Amino acid sequence: MSLSDVGEILARLIEDLKKKFGDKILEVNVEPKKITKVLVAPECIKEVAEYLKSEWALDYIKGVTGIDLSRLPNMAQEVLEVIYHVGSLSSEALKAVTLSLSTKISISDPVMPSLTSVWKGAEMHEREVYEMLGVNFKGHPDLRRLLLPEFWSDKPPLRKDYVAPGRER
Amino acid sequence: MLLQEGSAKMAKEEFKSLEVYETGPTLTFSMGPQHPGTGHFRMVITVVGDMVVRCDPDPGFVHRGEEKMCEYKTWITNIPHLERPAILDSAGMTYPYVLAVEKLMDIEPPERAKYLRVIMAELQRICSHLYWLGLMGVFAGHATMYMWCFGDREYLVDLTQLIGGQRITHSYFVPGGVRNDAPPKVPRELVKDFSRYYRMILGKDYPGGEMPEDFRKYVLAVCDFFDARLDEYYPMLLDSPIFIYRTKGIGILKREDAISLGVVGPVLRGSGVKSDTRIDEPYDAYPYIKFNVPTMDGCDSYSRMMVGYYEMKESVKIIRQAVEQMPEGPVKLKQHPVTIKVPAGEVFASAEAARGQCSFYIRSDGTDKPYRVKICSPSFRNLIAMPYLIRDVRIADIPIIYWSLNYWPVECDR
Repeated sequence: MSLSDVGEILARLIEDLKKKFGDKILEVNVEPKKITKVLVAPECIKEVAEYLKSEWALDYIKGVTGIDLSRLPNMAQEVLEVIYHVGSLSSEALKAVTLSLSTKISISDPVMPSLTSVWKGAEMHEREVYEMLGVNFKGHPDLRRLLLPEFWSDKPPLRKDYVAPGRER
Repeated sequence: MLLQEGSAKMAKEEFKSLEVYETGPTLTFSMGPQHPGTGHFRMVITVVGDMVVRCDPDPGFVHRGEEKMCEYKTWITNIPHLERPAILDSAGMTYPYVLAVEKLMDIEPPERAKYLRVIMAELQRICSHLYWLGLMGVFAGHATMYMWCFGDREYLVDLTQLIGGQRITHSYFVPGGVRNDAPPKVPRELVKDFSRYYRMILGKDYPGGEMPEDFRKYVLAVCDFFDARLDEYYPMLLDSPIFIYRTKGIGILKREDAISLGVVGPVLRGSGVKSDTRIDEPYDAYPYIKFNVPTMDGCDSYSRMMVGYYEMKESVKIIRQAVEQMPEGPVKLKQHPVTIKVPAGEVFASAEAARGQCSFYIRSDGTDKPYRVKICSPSFRNLIAMPYLIRDVRIADIPIIYWSLNYWPVECDR
């Protein structure tokens, strides 16, 4: 599939999302070849995810990224961003498509709904974001630590205010 | 101690009152992290008799914090440590990183570099699959396969050493090309050593002609040799009754489950889903090369191994075409200093590593270090299949299912 086809499909998808959800889509970031990202509020992310899965057949989860945005330039308040990278395998035309569905939550109260009921494969990914960035996923079936040791009592290590030992500058 | 006559009944009751191992019908124990069959990885397994009722995978014993380390190192010095999670498949692991950085910098490597990258990635895919097949042979009670795979792997590792300069962990890919060109000539000792084995397997002389040290001829000869060896593998392992009995119908992952759990690579293709990043989102020289994506509909451990076997055949095909089509020319755009600055932005890039699709999400803030690097490694994505597959099976089947997933603990933990 050529790149222009993928671009066209993603443009149609975003048009459809805007029509369906209106103001709930806070921001759209389309960079051809790089990323197509849709930013929504944490309250309605589950609704959008369910729509994407049922109407657009985006049923294949590729990864969940958590980022601490507080050290980016021009960042007014301290926020965490959680991004779900999803694709499709049941639809032949959408195989080359990757959509990034993201939401921003405040660092002081990092709570958002879990999307494991929509994408079952997100379970381990969300557990990793939970321990690495301290995001609390409401409705996750089994929110436990995954990679960190049991005795870990410091800050979540991928937050920017955690400094790795020996790396103080 | 012998029981006194007449006191047998009482002793039995006494024994009952002393019973301290009352755990109900189930028993929970850990498999790993030092178990030789799992690598540095633990499974907490609950059994009733011999049947497993629950498996809780517990990774993290080899977690190194690669993602945090990326934030402290520069764009170029990140490459050597990023390939450490999968040293057998270092090309597959750094491929998406390099593609992502290239997308951010908006550059494209020269034509020759694209082909060299493909050759390197496919060689490493074969090396990684041979390791998989060999260890699977050990766990299926077939130790010959282990010796064969590791013996033949040596000639392919020699080839990667010739191209990349190291046996494993080459750090070969850099943004804008590859680190160095392939040598025009192969050392004479290497050809001499290989030609003996070549004659033994193929029954004819090494096709050297006047220039036996020519690089292209050597690679094609290694391809011919390895293809012939693969044909011998089939009756030895994959058609052997021992192997079929141990793997067929064990660890069934249905097509719908494979998609909804988000598994990748041979696990996904073994469940009948035709998905391969090299075909779906072709990168570098893959659009110019003809190859198939093998899939199997069995959905069991046997299908996953067969997909791995046929993938090696396809990789040989790809290497042959790449070597024949490879043009002359430069292999990198320029020598980057260690402190290059990458424009601000975010990117999500994928490549097909040996164990499946490997994706990187990278965010740059315009400085000489990445702001955030997220690695979605194939083993981490296959981890979720474990509790689903290791359920209602016998304890003896656990190593078979575990190895059929081609799970690599370090790659999962990062």
